[in-house]
Amino acid sequence: MNKRIKSLALGGAVAGLLSFGLVGCSSDGGDVTLTLATVNNGQMKDMEGLKGEFEAANPGIKVNFQVMEEGDLRAAVTSDVANAAGQYDIVTIGAYEVPQWGANGWLTDLTADLADEAYDVGDILPPVRDALSVDGKQYAVPFYGESSILMYNKEILDKAGVKMPNKPTWQQVAAAAKKVNSAETAGICLRGKPGWGDLFAPLTTVVQTFGGTWYDMNWNAKVNAPEFVQAVTFYKDLLDSAGQKDPVSYSFNECLTALKTGKVAMWYDASVAASMLEADDSPVKGKMGYAHAPVVKTKESGWLWSWNLAVPANTQNKEAAIKFIKWATSKEYHQLVGTKLGWSLVPPGARTSTYAIPEYNAAASAYAPITLEVMSAVNPKQPGVNPQPWVGIQYVAIPEFQDVGNQVAQLVADAIAGRTSVKEALDKGQAIAQAAGDAQK
Amino acid sequence: MTTATPTMTKAASGLRNIALSRALVAPALIFSIALTQIPFLVTIYFSLMRWNLLQPKERGFAGFENYIYVFKTGDLFPAIKATVGLTAISVVTSLLVGLLFAILLDRTFRGQSIARTLIITPFLIMPAASALIWKFSMFDTNIGVINYIVQKLGFSAIGWSTEYPYISVIILLTWQYAPFMMLILLSGLQSQSREVLEAAAVDRAGAWRTFLLITLPHLRQYIEISILLGTIMLLQAFDPVAIMTKGTGGTKTLAYLLYERAFVGMNVGQAAAYGVVTVVLTIIVATIALRTLFKVFMTGVNK
Repeated sequence: MNKRIKSLALGGAVAGLLSFGLVGCSSDGGDVTLTLATVNNGQMKDMEGLKGEFEAANPGIKVNFQVMEEGDLRAAVTSDVANAAGQYDIVTIGAYEVPQWGANGWLTDLTADLADEAYDVGDILPPVRDALSVDGKQYAVPFYGESSILMYNKEILDKAGVKMPNKPTWQQVAAAAKKVNSAETAGICLRGKPGWGDLFAPLTTVVQTFGGTWYDMNWNAKVNAPEFVQAVTFYKDLLDSAGQKDPVSYSFNECLTALKTGKVAMWYDASVAASMLEADDSPVKGKMGYAHAPVVKTKESGWLWSWNLAVPANTQNKEAAIKFIKWATSKEYHQLVGTKLGWSLVPPGARTSTYAIPEYNAAASAYAPITLEVMSAVNPKQPGVNPQPWVGIQYVAIPEFQDVGNQVAQLVADAIAGRTSVKEALDKGQAIAQAAGDAQK
Repeated sequence: MTTATPTMTKAASGLRNIALSRALVAPALIFSIALTQIPFLVTIYFSLMRWNLLQPKERGFAGFENYIYVFKTGDLFPAIKATVGLTAISVVTSLLVGLLFAILLDRTFRGQSIARTLIITPFLIMPAASALIWKFSMFDTNIGVINYIVQKLGFSAIGWSTEYPYISVIILLTWQYAPFMMLILLSGLQSQSREVLEAAAVDRAGAWRTFLLITLPHLRQYIEISILLGTIMLLQAFDPVAIMTKGTGGTKTLAYLLYERAFVGMNVGQAAAYGVVTVVLTIIVATIALRTLFKVFMTGVNK
C-alpha cells in the first residue's frame, strides 16, 4: 500500500514535471504499463494488433510497444539492459543473445514460471528451447523460429530439366544453378552483404557442412583451416558462376524480391521466407519448391534462429511482464492469430502443436511440413562435423562474435569481389578470430 | 571638465566596454565550453577504461590499452587513407561538375529558376535517403536505372557495390555535393563585372580564352572556399559507406570505423580511443586548413 502511494506520488510528480499525458495513465488505480521493445517484423506487428485481447483479459495491465529496426533494437536494448537502465519490461532478442545475457544475469530465469501445465513448455520445439537455456535454466520464450531451407522456382528448374531432391548436396545445387543460369535469370541468390547476421548466417552453415568451424573445443580459431577456406571458395565460386550480380548489396529482402520477380531461380535462406513467397500477392505463389538446406559432410545443415521474448532482471513489473510473454507465446495466442488474422500468419517454428492445427496445415501446406522437419532435425549443440564449445548454429555464442563476424565478413566480401584471394582474407580473419578466442580461454 | 582628462575617460570607458562585452559573451562561451569540452573530457576518461557493453564483468581502468589497440590492429591508417582519398577525389569531381553546372546556369533562359532548383535538390536530400535512392534506383542490378541503360547498350549488368565500391561512393558524393559547389561558384560567376566581359568581347577574345584568362582567375577565391567547405563536409561522409558498401573495397572511413567499434563491437573504450585520436588529427589538419581559409577571406577583403 505504502509502495503504491509512493509510486503514485512519483508518477504524479513526473507527470507534473514533464507535463506528459503518458505517465498520467498510471494514476487510475495503480495500473501497470509494460514497455515492450521489439523488431519491426510482420509477426510482431500482429502481436501489437492483438494486445487489446490481452489487456481486456488482464485489467490493470497495459502494454506499450516500441517497434524498431533490427539493428536499432539491438543497440537500444543492449545498452539499456547492460547498463541496467530499466527502460524496458519486455525485450525481443535473438537466439544469439539469450544464452549470453542469461549467463550475465541480465535476464529473469523463467524456468519455474513456465512449469504450469496450461503453458506446456514441453511443446516448444526442443532445439529452439535448447538454444534459449543455460545450465537447464530457460531465460526466454520463443515468439517464432526459423531454420534455413533451399527455395527454388519449379517452373524454371523444370524448363531446364533439373530435378531437385528433398535433401540435396551443395554439389547438386551448384550443378543445377549453373545449368539454369542465364543472362536474365541468375542460378542462385546467396547473401553477400557484409555482416555477421547477413553474409555469415548462410556462409557459416556452409562452412560447417564442409567440415569447418569457427573454433575448436579449446577456443582455437579455425578460420584459415583448409575446410573453412574450401567452403568460402565454394561459396565465392558459386556466386561467380551462377549467383546474382551484385552480392554485396544482397541480403534477405533483396533476394526475396529477386526470387519473386523471377530474376533468380533458387535461394538458400531463412524458412520464414516461404510464407512470403506463398502469400496471396506473390507472383510465384504455388510455383515454388522447397528442400532441406544443402549438405556436404553433415546430415543436416539448416540454421536455427528464433525471436524471443525475455524479461530483463531489473524490471519493476516482473509478474505482469511474465504474464504477457506467456500469453504471447501460448497455444491460445496461435488460435487467436489464426481466427482473427488468418491461419498462414500464425508464428511458425516455436511450438510443435502449431503443426497439428488442421487449419494451419491447410493454409501453409507448401512449407509447414518441411519447416517442422528441418527445425526438429537440426542440432545446435553440434551442427558441424566436430564438437564445438558453444550452443548455436550460424553464429558463435560469444559477445565478440558480432564484431568478429562483421570484420571477417568484410574481408570475405573483398575476396568475393576478387580484390584479395580467399586465403589472404581468411588469414587476416584468423588473427581477428583468434584474439576473440583467446578471451574465452 | 570632460576635456581635461580625455585620455583617462577613454581608457576607463574602453575597460568598461571590454568588461561589458566579456560579460555579454560569457554565457555563450560557458555554454559552448560545457557543450564541447565536457563531453570531450568524458571521452578521454572513457578511452582509458576497459569497457565493452557486452562484458559487464570486465569493466575497469585500462590505462593506455585502448590506444595500443588503436595503433596495433592497423585499422587506423587504412581508414585515414580511405577518408583522405574519398574526400579528395569527391571534392575535385564535385567541383568540376559544380563548375560545369554553374557555367550552364549563368545565363538567362526560359525555366532558369526551375533548372536551378532541380539542380540544387540533391544537396537538400538527407544523406541516408540519397544513399538508399542510389542503392536501389540507380545501382541495383535488376531495377537500377544505370544497369538498365548498360544492359540496353548490350553489356551485362554491373554489380556496383561489389565490384566498384570506391567509385560508387565517389559517384554518390559527387551527386550530392556538386550542387553545393555550384551555388558558391554561381555566385562568383554572377559577381563578374559585365564591363570586363564586354570589353573582352569587343577585343574578340573567344569564349575559351575569356573563360581561361578572365573568369577563372576571378573565380579563384570562390573555388578555394568551396574546396575548404566541401572538404569539411565530405570528411564526415558516413551514409553511403554504411548503406552501400559496408566498408568493403577500401571505403572504411574513419567515421564508419568509429561507428563499428561503438555499435557493432559495443566497445565504449576502444571507440572513445579512436574518437580521441581522430580529434587530435582533426585539430592538426583544421589548424592548417583554417589558416588557409582565413587567408582566402583576407585576400577577398583586400581586393
